[in-house]
Amino acid sequence: MKKMSRTVLLSMVAGGSLMLVSTLAPSMAGAAAPVRGTVKIATQSPLSGGQSALGVDIKNGAELALERLKGPLAELGITAQLAPYDDQANPDTGVNNAKQIVADPSVLCVVGHYNSGVQIPSSEEYHSAGLANVSPGNTNPKVTDRGYREVSRIVGRDDVQGAVAAQFANSKGIKKVFVLHDKTAYGQGIAEFFKREAAKLGMQVRGFEGTEEKANFDALLTPIIATKPEAVFFGGIYDQASVFFKQAREKGYKGMFITDDGYDSPEAINIGGPALLDGGGLYYTTVAGPAKLYPGTAKFQSDFKAKYGADPKPFAAQGYDSMAICLKAIEAAAQKADNKLPARQAVAEEVRALKDFPGITGPINFNAKGDLTTAKYFVIQVTAADSAKWNDNAIAQTLDIAPPQ
Amino acid sequence: MQPARSPTAPGRSIATVVLGQLCLPLGQIVAYVIASSVVLSLLMVAISLALAGSAVDQACVEGLGMNLFVFTLVNLPQVLMDGMTIGFVYATIALGYTMVYGVLEFINFAHSEIFAIGAFVGVELLIALTGAKLLPGISVLAACAYLGLAIVIAMIAAGLMAVAVERIAYRPLRRAPRLVPLISAIGVSFFLQDLIRLVESLTTGQFHRIIPTFGNFDQRLSLASFPLQDNQIEISIQVKSIIVIAAAILMLVGLNYLVNATRMGKAIRSVAQDQQTASLMGIDVNRYISLTFLIGGALGGAAGVLYALKFTRIDPFVGFFPGLKAFAAAVLGGIGNLTGALLGGIVLGMLETFAGAYLSTFTMGAAGAEYKDILAFAILILVLVFRPSGLLGEEVGHKA
Repeated sequence: MKKMSRTVLLSMVAGGSLMLVSTLAPSMAGAAAPVRGTVKIATQSPLSGGQSALGVDIKNGAELALERLKGPLAELGITAQLAPYDDQANPDTGVNNAKQIVADPSVLCVVGHYNSGVQIPSSEEYHSAGLANVSPGNTNPKVTDRGYREVSRIVGRDDVQGAVAAQFANSKGIKKVFVLHDKTAYGQGIAEFFKREAAKLGMQVRGFEGTEEKANFDALLTPIIATKPEAVFFGGIYDQASVFFKQAREKGYKGMFITDDGYDSPEAINIGGPALLDGGGLYYTTVAGPAKLYPGTAKFQSDFKAKYGADPKPFAAQGYDSMAICLKAIEAAAQKADNKLPARQAVAEEVRALKDFPGITGPINFNAKGDLTTAKYFVIQVTAADSAKWNDNAIAQTLDIAPPQ
Repeated sequence: MQPARSPTAPGRSIATVVLGQLCLPLGQIVAYVIASSVVLSLLMVAISLALAGSAVDQACVEGLGMNLFVFTLVNLPQVLMDGMTIGFVYATIALGYTMVYGVLEFINFAHSEIFAIGAFVGVELLIALTGAKLLPGISVLAACAYLGLAIVIAMIAAGLMAVAVERIAYRPLRRAPRLVPLISAIGVSFFLQDLIRLVESLTTGQFHRIIPTFGNFDQRLSLASFPLQDNQIEISIQVKSIIVIAAAILMLVGLNYLVNATRMGKAIRSVAQDQQTASLMGIDVNRYISLTFLIGGALGGAAGVLYALKFTRIDPFVGFFPGLKAFAAAVLGGIGNLTGALLGGIVLGMLETFAGAYLSTFTMGAAGAEYKDILAFAILILVLVFRPSGLLGEEVGHKA
């Protein structure tokens, strides 16, 4: 209790000083807009740790969007600010951050989470506070299947993605697969959908295992290789999957690797090395892919490179679009609220009310659950053992699929 | 024993030293490896035969196209190799726990972070060498030399860190009740973890590291291959597994020599037996306790580099599980007993690898490889219930 009141006090002080700044700024610029206050848009993604390469770019994408698109809000006299949080890909940290975010009344929208396993518990906090959450990368069905009005996502779902992976393997003539996952909500979820579809397609699932091991896969690998699978599917994130793949190749496994959008990071190939591309090759499905897959991202790519000195990593464009949606929804809600600072619930309603919102990753429409009415899915083959060429990997398939009802 | 031929007398022949201090521990190592391999292999084969014709066997035939017995045999050589490799890593770490316990009778929980520091120092050096374009495309011999350099530097860094930890966090508490330095050790462990995290994330925000690929360490050497029904039994070993095992054996034998056949070792043993009497005999107790930490820490640091070489990826928390398991191995073998730590490490590594490889098939997928630690530690509990002082017990004479 004591801690919370201190947080509120701090944020009031911070908000107060910011209002002071924003009162000064327009008058110096000579603008006529009436000053109504400051709103914050929080981002939550892993900014440190093994998955930070992607998490940082989600934040950077959102930051770039805020910089470029805050104009309309400024005309209404509302200063929009970024409040980045580091969830460390850890559910506990994510929920603690979510509590802080919810306690700050000036936060009206959250762009967030890279890991479904972090988003799901954290969004319970957003839900009970009526705070809008636009997800740039969470694919577990449960993210939207809970039917929360506040939670929307701009990427596809794992029940579709897992099936896409299984269908792709089937189209490559794979008959025997081994399925492995990382025991997180995300990894286990997609692995189960893969397994279900594979069985439906008449493929033989020779084993289904979960592991939290990050380094020593010896004990696990020996029986996997003895079952002679033609493909191994890994449901999980690249920092674990790549180590596993590397050790599998070292143990003499020659077949195909298939994995998921958690693998979509240039860092993956640095960990795994060139051996991964041997034999049956390395494929992953993704709901995002490199920004250049989207026609609308040309300017985003050059701006991003100019500002951050590197090409945007996967999910950075989704971070940009999530922020754009937040800003648009706040603007719409503010207009309806007679240009006053809008209520959280109103912002959440406006996110869902967007029609054909022109995102850089394509037009965005949400269905009643908060899924895109059609989402993109890609199957990508890793073609170079060089992280600088990650964005040039071969696109094996591009699909537009509506979510299951 | 005749006084004229006391163990430290200069007149002792080289043959005695070679026989007693080098061949004996080598023989012990080989005996332990063979014994635990044979016992566990026979156990697995017996289980697979006992289950022949059962639902488990049928499920195996349906799913994998071979019966349980064949499945067991096909996997056996690889499981033994893997178990041995990780067993030697555990044994090398366990020596650090057991040496400190022998001398101070407390568990140095910070040892797992000393291991992590060794891993990071070694890997950072190799990364720097790769950055300087010294590593890619070099000959096997040069690769081994650079790896040796990384191991030595890591040993120095980890050893010095262990000495510093002892000086700062344990020495002031030496007269305090036994629990106090234990808590201090846990505190140091957390502190070091976050210190590594802080230092490593300074540049990029990423605090894991990948050991660079160089030399031919990832290659497999095929030793033998023979058919069994429709299946091929492959016996092959990775170059890096050989390096891990060879380096571990070298260190174990070296340590054995150091502790049992040199004046320095004699002093360490005397401190372990009775600090006060040792100091009355003119032995600088503090110095030899520091030395114990230096040796234990150096072994831990070397194990860290070997671990990184074998398993590719390290992060600041990398020491936790190997450390915990090595501690368990030290207890299993009889804490305070050097040979015991070696035996405990090999047994635990084997147990864990066997459980991971066979549990899933033997339980029809009900308990997967993720339960390997549960099984390994359940057996550990059983052993300790019946032999509380560990497999070999506490040999007071060889404490330290």
